[in-house]
Amino acid sequence: RVLPIFEYPGVTCGDALPRWRRSAPPILGFKNALLNPTSDMRFLTAEAKVSAGRLNGKMREKTLTMDTLNPQVKAVEYAVRGPIVIKAGEIEKYLEEGGTKPFSEVIKANIGDAHAMGQQPITFLRQVVALCTFPELMDSPSFPEDAKWRARRILQGCGGHSLGSYSASPGVECIRKDIAAYIEQRDEGVPSDWENIYLTTGASDGIMTILRLLVSGKDSSRTGVMIPIPQYPLYSAAISEMDAVQVNYYLDEDNCWALDINELYRAYQAAKLHCQPKVICIINPGNPTGQVQSKKCIEEVLHFAYEENLFVMSDEVYQDNVYTPDCQFHSFKKVLYEMGPEYFNSVELASFHSTSKGYTGECGFRGGYMEVINMDPEVKAQLVKLLSVRLCPPLAGQAAMDVIVNPPQPDEHSYKQFHQEKSSVLGALADKAKLTEQILNAVPGIKCNPVQGAMYAFPRIFIPPKAVEEAKALGMQPDMFYCLRLLEETGICVVPGSGFGQKDGTYHFRMTILPSIEKLKVLLGKVRDFHISFLKEYSALE
Amino acid sequence: SWSWDRTSWQTYATNLSAFPAAQSEHLQQKMSENGALPLRGKVLTLDTMNANVKKVDYAVRGPIVQRAVQIEKELKEGVKKPFEEVIKANIGDAHAMGQRPITFFRQVMALCTYPQLLDDNKFPEDAKNRARRILQSCGGNSIGAYTTSQGIDCVRHDVANYIQRRDGGIPSDPDNIYLTTGASDGIVTILKLLTTGEGRTRTGVMISIPQYPLYSASIAELGAVQINYYLNEEKCWSLDISELQRSLQAAREHCNPCVLCIINPGNPTGQVQSRQCIEDVIRFAAKENLFLMADEVYQDNVYAEGCAFHSFKKVLFEMGPEYSSKVELASFHSTSKCYMGECGFRGGYMEVMNMDPEVKAQLTKLVSVRLCPPAPGQALMDLVVNSPQPGEPSYQTFMKERTAVLSALAEKAKLTEEILNTVPGISCNPVQGAMYSFPRITLPERSINEAKAKGQAPDMFYCMKLLEETGICLVPGSGFGQREGTYHFRMTILPPTDKLKIMLNKLKEFHQKFTQQYS
Repeated sequence: RVLPIFEYPGVTCGDALPRWRRSAPPILGFKNALLNPTSDMRFLTAEAKVSAGRLNGKMREKTLTMDTLNPQVKAVEYAVRGPIVIKAGEIEKYLEEGGTKPFSEVIKANIGDAHAMGQQPITFLRQVVALCTFPELMDSPSFPEDAKWRARRILQGCGGHSLGSYSASPGVECIRKDIAAYIEQRDEGVPSDWENIYLTTGASDGIMTILRLLVSGKDSSRTGVMIPIPQYPLYSAAISEMDAVQVNYYLDEDNCWALDINELYRAYQAAKLHCQPKVICIINPGNPTGQVQSKKCIEEVLHFAYEENLFVMSDEVYQDNVYTPDCQFHSFKKVLYEMGPEYFNSVELASFHSTSKGYTGECGFRGGYMEVINMDPEVKAQLVKLLSVRLCPPLAGQAAMDVIVNPPQPDEHSYKQFHQEKSSVLGALADKAKLTEQILNAVPGIKCNPVQGAMYAFPRIFIPPKAVEEAKALGMQPDMFYCLRLLEETGICVVPGSGFGQKDGTYHFRMTILPSIEKLKVLLGKVRDFHISFLKEYSALE
Repeated sequence: SWSWDRTSWQTYATNLSAFPAAQSEHLQQKMSENGALPLRGKVLTLDTMNANVKKVDYAVRGPIVQRAVQIEKELKEGVKKPFEEVIKANIGDAHAMGQRPITFFRQVMALCTYPQLLDDNKFPEDAKNRARRILQSCGGNSIGAYTTSQGIDCVRHDVANYIQRRDGGIPSDPDNIYLTTGASDGIVTILKLLTTGEGRTRTGVMISIPQYPLYSASIAELGAVQINYYLNEEKCWSLDISELQRSLQAAREHCNPCVLCIINPGNPTGQVQSRQCIEDVIRFAAKENLFLMADEVYQDNVYAEGCAFHSFKKVLFEMGPEYSSKVELASFHSTSKCYMGECGFRGGYMEVMNMDPEVKAQLTKLVSVRLCPPAPGQALMDLVVNSPQPGEPSYQTFMKERTAVLSALAEKAKLTEEILNTVPGISCNPVQGAMYSFPRITLPERSINEAKAKGQAPDMFYCMKLLEETGICLVPGSGFGQREGTYHFRMTILPPTDKLKIMLNKLKEFHQKFTQQYS
């Protein structure tokens, strides 16, 4: 049986309730544990647990319990795969096993997982990776020469010419060189040194690694990390895990989620009283907020970082996902360069990219890279050492990254098909971005900023006071309550805004725009109907 | 000079980037002289960075390997050396040493990557069936989708079935299986859960000495306390319970020991634990309330007659419910070793037993932040645990390839031991399993003094000289830990037999010359 999520002890999101921290929710997928009577022991205090154990004839208590667990791990929260997603997985299984619900399938709009939403892989990328994987295919006439040529080149960069060997810890050398060349081209000639490029296991890995280097100090000298609110919860999770201090700066929802430099100063000054802010993280294009930063705004951020001695981390994984005609992606590095040598030679900047987003959506390969400039050479050696402990990022992901930075050129055989596939994905995304904004804005009580870029809409939703009260009585964030109802009634899985952070008293959800147009229309229609009936139920709408 | 401490990394760094550093310093000085701009130091320096990261050491890719890469470049640029190529015997990287991939595995991987090949009649049906099954379990039937954080459902089921078969029917629950990014990832994750407390209550982690330096590196990074227990070199690197007891007792004075890590078959030491010894270890862990971590990535690499691999889980269950229902155990496996040697795919899994269900939920949460292990690595892991069966079209080729790799390894293990033991001043235990030999070397007093004068560990000095003179890259024993006053190195037995012979003979010559030079 699938338990309604309200029955699960300790289900909350956000930090309203300490119960979540004290007693871990079996909602994280362990039905067995839940149904097992001995798991009732979790309601007991530590002392009671010991004696209960003895009564059952157990002499040996567990070594690893909620009381002995690393407290930083306990503090970690990651909404994108949090309780609501686990609940969605359970409903899916329930449907598979023949259970009935008012819907026939769960639509997981919680995560930017393009292929899971039906997007087809880019043929050329898969051809190259397949050739690298099984080089016997080099003799096959059904693979184009330009794909074979790239595969051969990658394999020549691998030990024993095999994708199965470890690479150097910073990545395969020729791939690092291709990335540097790509960045130089993207940034219209701003130099990129391949020795500043590090391949990573998805962008998340790079972000964690840089944060790990930066976190130090105790109490008021503890490293503070400035992150946007709303943010992608990898940041807050990593900060919790490393026990750094999270410093929130709020994006301006009324101004299309723009970053206001005064707000940065406010957040920085306030944080300086209790920690040492050392890093500023920027996500551009924004996740979950979808805004694309203007060049002027980037300049202001860089000037701020320069003035206040902050290390800049720019998460640019959505750099190819810009949809609004009046917006353009500007890389932090290029803007820094254009600000002149006193900036370009001094501001420490790490920027991140990935194979998971863009037009390829190759999440499963866990490919990515970071470029690090102006890093102290001694620290760089420490970075290389740290990376070496994990040996190397997955080779197939590195190969996929190579194809992205070194795609077919106009004079190559695969160019036409590649170009056509790429534009069709990006064109459809632009259409879906517009469609989502339009449909959502037509719903009373929903307000959605334009989705200028990335892969998500983050609309603000009005939740009637009676619903807010009911949620609170259940010990739940109001938007979590809303999203759970949406899931139970329509099968649509979106992530509550509280998982990303939002201004107090405002409520949002994040949904991807990735489903196919037809499916997206159905989905948005269902969201509209649900929202209207929800408002009616809590009598905010006659 | 290259030494085994922090200075070597600094030297390395300065050599690499002395120019830009000097340049920017110069620029900064100039700017502040002009008073045009405020003096802006770096945010991130050796002084401000995470102190735990600084303490991390990882010998397998340490300074000596950096130097090897440099020498390789010099050779490419035409610099004359007394050798033509660098032989990297520092790491268990089978394919880099020329081992061929298992055809069946790569066929399935290619099919998963490029499903159009499912129409190609050159691929056998059993490969196609497996690819279809894996893809059906992936979101959108694509290996490019994120998987669940714990790993693809059907892969976890296959892993559980494999374990059950391997352990003679002892049940394995797919809910206890977590796919990982290589075994290292799983090991670090479990250690992360376990590390807590301050001062005397800080988590202590018991590791063997010599150890695989992933352990010491992770312990340093997490700020846990490393507790050494020494393997008995005189008894073929076996594990003494009395030594475990001694080291635990001593550690209780200053930390809270709660984990015991075992590597079986041993890395770097190559011993294979007897069933009796495993039982004793489990009894010890049960008595002392220790969480057991069993690193079993070399489980298919057992060469010596009379030795067999016994999984910790199997022994645990055979000891009866008073143990099997209580002792917390995590065991690790990987696609990187054994007969497949697919290191680059970063595939692996761990099985956790008797973990508190609430903690397990925390584990699932923690792994979800990284989204998922690489899907191709998961697919490959699936093939390792679900390889061709008798009656399937690929069975014969698969078995032929597998047997060829394993018997060549057995032969090389023997060869290495034999040749090394003919060298005066080198003594080598039998390589019963895994992929390394860890011989003890006698170093002349004068070379020890010279090394110390340079601030180097004596075996680092030895290995550096070996590298410079012969192009052979080994890892000094000091990177793994060893008894005071003893010296070793680790070398893989992976090079092809003819190359291995050449390498061992060069090593022999070098050692004799070295001994003469410093006597």
